[in-house]
Amino acid sequence: MSTKMSAEEPSFKREMLAALPSLRAFAMSLIGRHDRADDLVQDTIMKAWAKQDHFEMGTNMKAWLFTILRNELYSQMRKRGREVQDSDGFFTESLAQHPSQYGSLDLQDFKRALNMLPPDQREAIILVGASGFSYEEAAEICGCALGTIKSRVNRARQRLSDILQVTGENEYGPDATSAPLTSRAFVS
Amino acid sequence: MTDKTGASSGAGEPVRSDNPHAQIATKLRALYVSVQEEAIPDRFLDLLEQLDAVERRHVPDGAK
Repeated sequence: MSTKMSAEEPSFKREMLAALPSLRAFAMSLIGRHDRADDLVQDTIMKAWAKQDHFEMGTNMKAWLFTILRNELYSQMRKRGREVQDSDGFFTESLAQHPSQYGSLDLQDFKRALNMLPPDQREAIILVGASGFSYEEAAEICGCALGTIKSRVNRARQRLSDILQVTGENEYGPDATSAPLTSRAFVS
Repeated sequence: MTDKTGASSGAGEPVRSDNPHAQIATKLRALYVSVQEEAIPDRFLDLLEQLDAVERRHVPDGAK
């Protein structure tokens, strides 16, 4: 309990803790699987801890961590190919292991739609639409121009609404896509 | 695309909300919040404790 070194370490840790729920939600929205999302969060914590000297207390810890997580994800994806984010596991985990945590099947449809977006559009709409970042902050996190973020968010919205209108019609009768999901949900 | 009239001839407009973008925003938030509200897993709390402990051990005596 005697953490009375410089005042920085304890508050760095505290700020990191405070940002963790949001960081996990970001990872989960990007990857879609709890195990891989949490592995990524763990890698992010290690990276962030190692370079905490680069962090200026009082600046945006959340944005800083999100940037590290994002860079880590893309560097892992480059190394391992696309397996970091596989759409098959997306369904398997969400339905088989955490059915209640994610609420309704309606939300499952949404997850599926989100997973169909190109990664750059997905991260843009998550950062702006769910994490609560401004377009400016999101652009900084993604290392791109403000206009690029805006257009990615717009395209993501459009794409999601297109996809969800299609799935919405299917709610009244399972088709080839939703039938296996539905039956799997009943089995587990 | 949204302001095209009669774009979906035949299929029948899904009667849900009048603003699909608002629905998307709501669902995106709901999905995000469902994870955000989970308790922080012990593995992260333990990890931070360990990192903190290692760091304290490495502080040279002269720096006290």
